[in-house]
Amino acid sequence: MTAPPDDCLARNEWICGDYLSTRRQILTDAVLQHLQLTLVSVLIALVIAVPLALLARRWSAVAGPVLALTTVLYTIPSLAMFSLLLPAYGLSASLVIAGLVLYSLTLLVRNILAGLRAVPEETRQAARGMGYGPIRLLLTVELPLALPAAMAGLRIATVSAVSLVTVGAIVGFGGLGNLIYAGMNTYFKAQVLTASVLCVIIAIAADLLLLGAQRLLTPWQRG
Amino acid sequence: MKTLTDAWDWLTDGSHWSGADGIWHRLTEHLVLTVVCLLISCLIALPVALVLGHLGKGGALAVNISNVGRAVPTFAVLVLLLLTPLGKYGQGPTVVALVLFAVPPLLTNAYVGMRGVDQDVVRAARGMGMTGWQQLWRVELPLALPMILNGVRIAAVQLVATATIAALAGGGGLGRIITAGFNLASTAQVVAGAVLVAAFALLVEAVFEIAERLAPGWARGRAEA
Repeated sequence: MTAPPDDCLARNEWICGDYLSTRRQILTDAVLQHLQLTLVSVLIALVIAVPLALLARRWSAVAGPVLALTTVLYTIPSLAMFSLLLPAYGLSASLVIAGLVLYSLTLLVRNILAGLRAVPEETRQAARGMGYGPIRLLLTVELPLALPAAMAGLRIATVSAVSLVTVGAIVGFGGLGNLIYAGMNTYFKAQVLTASVLCVIIAIAADLLLLGAQRLLTPWQRG
Repeated sequence: MKTLTDAWDWLTDGSHWSGADGIWHRLTEHLVLTVVCLLISCLIALPVALVLGHLGKGGALAVNISNVGRAVPTFAVLVLLLLTPLGKYGQGPTVVALVLFAVPPLLTNAYVGMRGVDQDVVRAARGMGMTGWQQLWRVELPLALPMILNGVRIAAVQLVATATIAALAGGGGLGRIITAGFNLASTAQVVAGAVLVAAFALLVEAVFEIAERLAPGWARGRAEA
């Protein structure tokens, strides 16, 4: 007669407080890796997307190919994308980041371009009439007005990136995805559920944070 | 460069195409999985979206489901379902996860399409004595069709991509070639599998693009975009 174990880890329950307290370090590390991968890739994508969108707006001949190429990249499934980049980056965090950058580009370029194109021509003329040069016009009038559309793209890109990082588990750099992958092979329910819930929490928190930033940056939209 | 020629050699080796782990079998699995899940998702999402769109209710729900769906990692849902009793039924978890991820774009697009129909046209139909069902079937549905089909296209491409991730959780499909390649530490096979998957996803996108170009004008509607 063996008594049922009184420990939820031994009973392999979905929700387990002991898991949280005994694996705190592992969870913290995974969350930090997850945040780092998401943050770095979205930032790099943003740095590439802004000039691309500006170029595409300046020369409409560039717009077609840029939009087509980024859309094609977006179609490629994430597992395939990470694998295709494998020869170039090897089993490293840069591989996951490169893949995520390529995904975020579509959303960012499209939205920044749409935002810039939506700036009314009268507004531009008014600024020129007040003696604004092209750089000042861009920085103080056009970019701020394009911000709401750009932020919408940034929010979608960030939320998608948080969820796509998990697929990076295939090369061992998947943040919380690593815990899900390991938990799947060992049938460790508490680990899979905890990591999944943390992923969703990170995604929602990032979305709310960006929404807050957008409200701060566009005070004229509140009303 | 070496990796690419190795991948090419792997792809052109006839023995990799036949058998239970062969490319043809994985391709068929992928295709069947995508088509079956697309049909189930359409059967679930479209009637709900059409009725809600016709009544003009539940809009916030239809749009928010789509946003929440994006925040939930596909891979996590697959593994979670795999560890539930559902995991005992072969492809069960994969099908449920895929359907869950295909429903939001279908629902949102169909709802937005239905709401986007010119309300004057709907009122005219009502003035002509059409019942609610007749308005839905003969006026709103045809006018909303371009948006609905766009949703089907997004869902289909998303299904192809997600079916790949199913391989990580032991499901079938083309992704298996990649995961098997990782387990064998064969970069050639991983890259070859990735090329196959990417080609398949682009092919599905292209099929929809061509179908859209060939469709009669009233079913197209995206031309101005």
